[in-house]
Amino acid sequence: MTLVLVETDATGATETSLETLTFARGVAARSDSAALEAIMVGPLSPDVSDHVLDQMREQGVAVVHHAEGGQLSAYAAAAWAAAVVETATSSSTRVVMAAGTPRGSEVMAHVATRLQVPMAANVVAADETQPLVVSRQVMGGSVLEEMRLDGDLAVLTVAGHSTSARPAEEPTEPKLVTFEPALTDADLVARVVSIEESEKADTAGLTNARVVVGGGRGAGSAEGFADLLELADLLGGALGVSRVVTSLGWRPHHEQVGQTGSRIAPDLYVACGISGAIQHWAGCQSAKTILAINTDPDAPMVTKAHYAVIGDLHEIVPAINEELRRRQAHPA
Amino acid sequence: MTNVLVCIKRVPETSGQILLAADAMSVDARHVGYTVSAHEECAVEAAIQIASATGGEATVLSLGSGDSVEQIRDAVAVGCTSAILVEADGERFGPGDVASAIAEVVTTHEAADSAFDLILVGNDAADTGDFQVGVRLAYALGRPVLTGISTVEVVDGAAVARGDGPDGTEVFRLPLPAVIAIQEGGITPRYPSIPGRMKAKRTAVETVAASVQPAGSGRVGLKLPPTPPSAVEILGEGAAAAPAVVDLLVTLGVVSS
Repeated sequence: MTLVLVETDATGATETSLETLTFARGVAARSDSAALEAIMVGPLSPDVSDHVLDQMREQGVAVVHHAEGGQLSAYAAAAWAAAVVETATSSSTRVVMAAGTPRGSEVMAHVATRLQVPMAANVVAADETQPLVVSRQVMGGSVLEEMRLDGDLAVLTVAGHSTSARPAEEPTEPKLVTFEPALTDADLVARVVSIEESEKADTAGLTNARVVVGGGRGAGSAEGFADLLELADLLGGALGVSRVVTSLGWRPHHEQVGQTGSRIAPDLYVACGISGAIQHWAGCQSAKTILAINTDPDAPMVTKAHYAVIGDLHEIVPAINEELRRRQAHPA
Repeated sequence: MTNVLVCIKRVPETSGQILLAADAMSVDARHVGYTVSAHEECAVEAAIQIASATGGEATVLSLGSGDSVEQIRDAVAVGCTSAILVEADGERFGPGDVASAIAEVVTTHEAADSAFDLILVGNDAADTGDFQVGVRLAYALGRPVLTGISTVEVVDGAAVARGDGPDGTEVFRLPLPAVIAIQEGGITPRYPSIPGRMKAKRTAVETVAASVQPAGSGRVGLKLPPTPPSAVEILGEGAAAAPAVVDLLVTLGVVSS
């Protein structure tokens, strides 16, 4: 079988988990054991659990394994990995995968180490299935590595937003199997002991936003973001920034889009004063439409964009905001 | 007193144009230069802060060719007090091989009564992006491990680490010895001082040969994703383009007309 670790949030399975299931379905269909199974770890409310089962049905999942029990109430990567390994080794599993999120990457690293097999991170395509040969993003997404995973079992993570989630042609009636994994004390040493409130909600807003307004060095200063924040607000979107902006202390790190920040896939990305270095492109290349606003018509962000306006963002963005407000006040 | 080992990797700069070597098995970085990942710069800073707060030592380690001494000296220049080069052909080492080779050095040091209480690595290397050396190293040494950690301090002999989680900042408390993979975001690396640079030049680098027989990374080859020709539509120049931009927003369904 092909086993996918599914992460959940307050509403159900996360978008990147659904993308991973879609990817896994493609791999499973091309290999000798086509069964697609999913595993979730930790407590779930009945509402979320029901919704996840609906989502799994749409994704064509045959069996949903749910590891629970008091010891799994707080996140511990080693305990999650123990649950995944117990499931994977209880039947003939060819591939174990998760989304390339912080948690997915962490758990899969534990799983691969426990199973003593290689792990491929940030996979975007499975080129062959016997043996498994994958293409994965390296060098911040600017280079693809073809990697062969020898052995009976392969572990991988799927690069976020490299594929989109699509329902299966034939929905399934997934069987729910609840179990309490066998854990050792060592599995629980590195576990969350408390959660502090943070601006994390903003990060979730950024990664899920339909519209993201991006600001780079061209913003010029911390104060230079006022117009961009207003544009994001008018469009009901979120602000994202390039690495130089957080390095200079103009905006907080949780707003950073890129190789060492968030990966976004909005319907529209308005990149203002951002040159489009690889570090940043790695995080925004999955946007469906990119509008670049830049003084340099030869900047990579402009040449890679779908649309561009050439000029100073401090003149252009206020004019856009003004036009938006004017049309809101006087709809056509 | 907490002795910290911080592991770094010499990688090509990604800010310039990326070229592949003729055999497409590696990146040709001759013209772009080398650096370490942003995560590792933060890990080095964390190591220095913890060592200085507890009266311990911060040791920097890199696995690779002799050229990696350049990155090792950069870490000494900002405050690491000793340095280890694990000499190996890094291109032939997969993440499991790197972890085994580092574990060997740690075990040797432990036997010589110079144990490392805390090992810090970057969350993922800037070139291969494997996301696993820290975890594999921890299992090889039988120590607990965390990844994606933004800040870490040692309180009452335990590592208190914080990282972004889905519901807020997650707090962990690990008994030492432990391995922690640091992610950029919570620690600001310092710049080297002139005296720091001078000291770095003089600091001896302990060089050991990796005895691990590498299993390899499974790399078949590298390729550059095709760059489609630019299809950008210029909507206009300056503030005069604003109506065209808003028309586009309407067409895209981002705002209602």
